[in-house]
Amino acid sequence: MKTFKIGGVHPEENKLSAGCPIREAGLPKQAVFSMFQHIGAPANPVVKKGDVVKVGTLLGEANGFVSAPVYSSVSGKVSKVDVALDASGLRRMAVTVDVEGDEWDENIDRSAELVRLEERPELDAKAIVEKIKAAGIVGMGGATFPTHVKLCPPPGKVAECVIVNAVECEPYLTADHSLMLAHPEEILVGLRLVMKAVGVNKAYIGIECNKPDAISLMTEKAKQYPEIEVVPLQMKYPQGGEKQLIDAIIGRQVPAPPALPIDTGAIVQNVGTCYAIYEAVMKNKPLIERVITVTGKSLSQPSNLLARLGTPFSQLIDECGGLPEDTGKIIGGGPMMGKALLSLDVPMTKGSSGLLIMNRSEAKRAEMEPCIRCAKCVGVCAMGLEPYLLAKVSGQRDWDAAEQNDITSCIECGSCQFTCPSHRPLLDYIRLGKSTVMGIIRSRATKK
Amino acid sequence: MNLILLAIIALGAIGLIAALLLYFASRKFAVHEDERIGEVSAVLPQANCGGCGFPGCSGFAGACVKSADEKGSIEGLLCPVGGQAVMEQVAGILGMTAEASAPKVAVVRCNGTCENRPRLVDFDGAQSCKVQQMTGMGETGCAYGCLGCGDCVTACQFGAIRINPETLLPEVDEEKCTACGACAKACPRQIIEIRLKGSKNRRMVVLCNNKDKGAIANKCCTVSCIGCGKCVKVCEKFEAITLTNNLAYIDAEKCKLCRKCEEACPKSAIHAFNMPPRKPKAEISEVPVAPSKTE
Repeated sequence: MKTFKIGGVHPEENKLSAGCPIREAGLPKQAVFSMFQHIGAPANPVVKKGDVVKVGTLLGEANGFVSAPVYSSVSGKVSKVDVALDASGLRRMAVTVDVEGDEWDENIDRSAELVRLEERPELDAKAIVEKIKAAGIVGMGGATFPTHVKLCPPPGKVAECVIVNAVECEPYLTADHSLMLAHPEEILVGLRLVMKAVGVNKAYIGIECNKPDAISLMTEKAKQYPEIEVVPLQMKYPQGGEKQLIDAIIGRQVPAPPALPIDTGAIVQNVGTCYAIYEAVMKNKPLIERVITVTGKSLSQPSNLLARLGTPFSQLIDECGGLPEDTGKIIGGGPMMGKALLSLDVPMTKGSSGLLIMNRSEAKRAEMEPCIRCAKCVGVCAMGLEPYLLAKVSGQRDWDAAEQNDITSCIECGSCQFTCPSHRPLLDYIRLGKSTVMGIIRSRATKK
Repeated sequence: MNLILLAIIALGAIGLIAALLLYFASRKFAVHEDERIGEVSAVLPQANCGGCGFPGCSGFAGACVKSADEKGSIEGLLCPVGGQAVMEQVAGILGMTAEASAPKVAVVRCNGTCENRPRLVDFDGAQSCKVQQMTGMGETGCAYGCLGCGDCVTACQFGAIRINPETLLPEVDEEKCTACGACAKACPRQIIEIRLKGSKNRRMVVLCNNKDKGAIANKCCTVSCIGCGKCVKVCEKFEAITLTNNLAYIDAEKCKLCRKCEEACPKSAIHAFNMPPRKPKAEISEVPVAPSKTE
């Protein structure tokens, strides 16, 4: 079975909610829409206090090319346009809507009927990208990079194939898995839309072999499209990383930054993004809801919820049986790359793929001990870096050394810290070093 | 015998030629360093802290000599560690006059102690303020207050700053602090300010760095500046206090130490350093006394 070549770890899977069908979460009483739901320039709020909005009303418009609009996922009245705490742990600009009823914008097609690509021959590449851009679709795997930017390769670069990221290598998370089981046809149509948008006729769907039901279902449904191939992959973290997935499926390596994945001729889209693209293009539905896995060993009902964006996390936990008493840490995202939340009142965003409730014993960090130079971190680094060294030079604030040792190539997957027998906070320091070095590189570029 | 003599003569000749070569080379390629640089460097504290803005003490000495030659003065150059005394010695060597410089000290502009600002979550990552700053707001609801991991303590070469275990805030030892500014640079939230020490070390400081709107700032800390502007009003005469981004700032040069702002602040965010204790206004006796109008 295929997999990427360098490094990788295999954390305990803990897919507690695997096989749970997608359940629709209730409407929140109040929804908060952060203007920072994507990478790039934040959206500009276009509503003011007192405005009446419907499901699908534009709340914030995209601010530049690398940006995405934000739509309301509820109907009601805007009660606040002000800073609010979000999942990043910062207070940032957001629109708060007091929910009244559930009135949808009339342009949105809410029927469950499948619309095939052949039924809409008028859609050309440009129209598809425009619709994706207008719907505010971003990478739903968690990176939240605006999708339309990925579909417009820079001049001189040509896409050869599309890779669908259905790996879901993070432990605990099952959102993509459940989505594949529930909407395989829609995902395939979404993928064909992407293929049409970038003008390629080869696509791969990479699925890890711990989801045999999804592999067989997708393989069966994909038989009608000979250009789409389902590739079962060996289980290994971080296979869901864009660069690792390209390596695993087509065997090409993405060069060091500033090179982009498109340099290998591959465009990678998450399976959730494909579904969102289908809904946006075929059903006129902007990105207003997503599947989120709410899980944890102490949680009474780990579930996959289809929840409206802007719903507070506290409500999602209540729908899954309430917050367990022995909660030690609540993580937005998966256990490897997710971020601990400061408060449960923060809303879910476009990138919220999971909500993990760790109990106290799981959450406790082990005592840090001296580095024993075992080089396990070097062995597992999927980018072929030397994490112990990067962490050390970052701690010493030796940014030149950090840059020379390619700290900017780090994908922050956390394999090094996961594997360290001395429990050293390697990634904490590498993140610090990476962001500082990136800042230095940026300021150098502006000076020139 | 002949062989030994030959070897001695040959080696002696090579040695002589090499010595002559080295002698001429050292004369020809000698680097002429201004003697004054060495002299100035000798009077500097040799802390190599970088507080002056130059790479170490010899760098500062070089800058002093250069400035004296080019500009004819050493204005604008100050060794914060040595202070006025060292600068006068430097000026003496260079034949200049030292400009008067008021001593400065590091001030931690946060009073978010455990009591004033309760911890809402625990941060268990790497114990570094810079790392914690990247994870978001920190352990309390205040996005501007002290993170308490002690980056400033590690940065201080003089052992002048330490974390008080009771308040979890850094405390500056004014005797040891040389105002080199290393702690201020190390703080990711720019809480530490290098401020005029003031006459008799007395000074008024707003012990808060919170630039949030009043409602948010009020919620997270009992002694936060909420930007109400009352201090600005009582200081209209001296105009020492300014309000920017919902945060009051006292200009140490304009402040007359009248302590009116301290009284006016509804949140007790303004703190008086090294001031004599206030005279009690009126003894509160158990027998109620009719308020006198003179008070």
